[in-house]
Amino acid sequence: MINKVVSGAEEAIQDISDGTTIMLGGFGLCGIPENCINALVEKNVKDLTCISNNAGVDDFGIGLMLKKRQVKKMISSYVGENAEFERQLLSGELEVDLIPQGTLATRCLAAGYGMPAIFTPAGVGTEVAEGKEIRNFNGKDYLMEYAFDADFAIVKAWRGDTAGNLIFRSTSRNFNPVMAMAGKITIAEVEELVEAGELDPDYIHTPGIYVHRIFQGKDYEKRIEQRTLRKKND
Amino acid sequence: MAFTKEEIAQRIAKEIKDGYYVNLGIGIPTLVANYIPKGIDVVLQSENGLLGMGPFPFEGEEDADLINAGKQTITTLPGSSIFDSAMSFGMIRAQKVDLTILGAMEVSENGDIANWKIPGKMVKGMGGAMDLVASAKNIIVAMQHINKAGESKLLPKCTLPLTGVKCIKKIVTELAVLDVLPEGGFKLLERAPGVSVEFIQQSTAGKLIIEGEIPEMKLD
Repeated sequence: MINKVVSGAEEAIQDISDGTTIMLGGFGLCGIPENCINALVEKNVKDLTCISNNAGVDDFGIGLMLKKRQVKKMISSYVGENAEFERQLLSGELEVDLIPQGTLATRCLAAGYGMPAIFTPAGVGTEVAEGKEIRNFNGKDYLMEYAFDADFAIVKAWRGDTAGNLIFRSTSRNFNPVMAMAGKITIAEVEELVEAGELDPDYIHTPGIYVHRIFQGKDYEKRIEQRTLRKKND
Repeated sequence: MAFTKEEIAQRIAKEIKDGYYVNLGIGIPTLVANYIPKGIDVVLQSENGLLGMGPFPFEGEEDADLINAGKQTITTLPGSSIFDSAMSFGMIRAQKVDLTILGAMEVSENGDIANWKIPGKMVKGMGGAMDLVASAKNIIVAMQHINKAGESKLLPKCTLPLTGVKCIKKIVTELAVLDVLPEGGFKLLERAPGVSVEFIQQSTAGKLIIEGEIPEMKLD
């Protein structure tokens, strides 16, 4: 087996330089690559284009990179939880491409499946469609959207092995498997790294061929954005 | 008396049928889960990658890895399944989800919806709303009929950036239940208890179609 293991986040991201396009997995703060985000903040790379469903919150996740003005452009579907993001966007400091969530996911999928473009009905007749090719199939209009072209994809998994195979846990799976497929170089941080052979091949979500670097992360905070509870007598 | 948000949710819940897979949006639509009629089997889809969304967890049982599309902690149920975001929108696009319930800031008389952006003010993004409205075969909108200034949000034409075109078929507001007709126009079906047809007429800027007696909404 090809060994994909690196020492940690610092080594994993060492060749991510200014002006790079990176994908970051996660939905809200769920399943985000916390270790690599912290390492990118520490390294202080600039002018990044970030493809991620959300933009973190003011003091966690991608929000930390926004605060240090490391991000030139965000490509996201929903950014409502981040006041600093909204401020930079409305003032024109940050370039933002808001795209439908399904389009975002499927443009990742297309990249990982070797398909140059997809057709989706999402956004037809709206400002999302401006300047895009429209094709009619069976009486319905579809927008052509291109596969993403990202230098790096950074994902977070629950378990991984030294061959780069990944298993995700619960809804922290979200964008991680499709982004893992879509990066020219894919970095995976995992909560538990095991030897090749310890994971059942039938239960692998992302095959190691898509993963170039893997390491066991540490000190996961796994912050909850909306802690919502039910009372005992409900 | 105009309906409360809970009552709007309760009325919408009556539209849910046995065997439905349902996607609930953020806000009033989320409340619909509390009023699903007893004795029917319904599976809730959360577009971040879950079928079979259960209730909120008890204190101490919350799991940071298990959230819904509103980022709230939730639980699974027997028969739940987890998948990635591409598959989640795949099943939406392929119309495997029977019913989508979502909120709106404006709806026009030809079924256009606007709910994601107020230029220069609110920039949150569309999330999954554009995918949902472009693909769902059956969409119910839960919304306020009029804003605080009394201005109608059911319009001849939307003023805000659109989320989708000609896709809304049914609306439940604090004042009324209405169908959006394929040829255009809001057809008044029911009114909230004590709300007059005249008040609904004056609260609806788009074309309102009134035929015969309009019954009051019933919740049970």
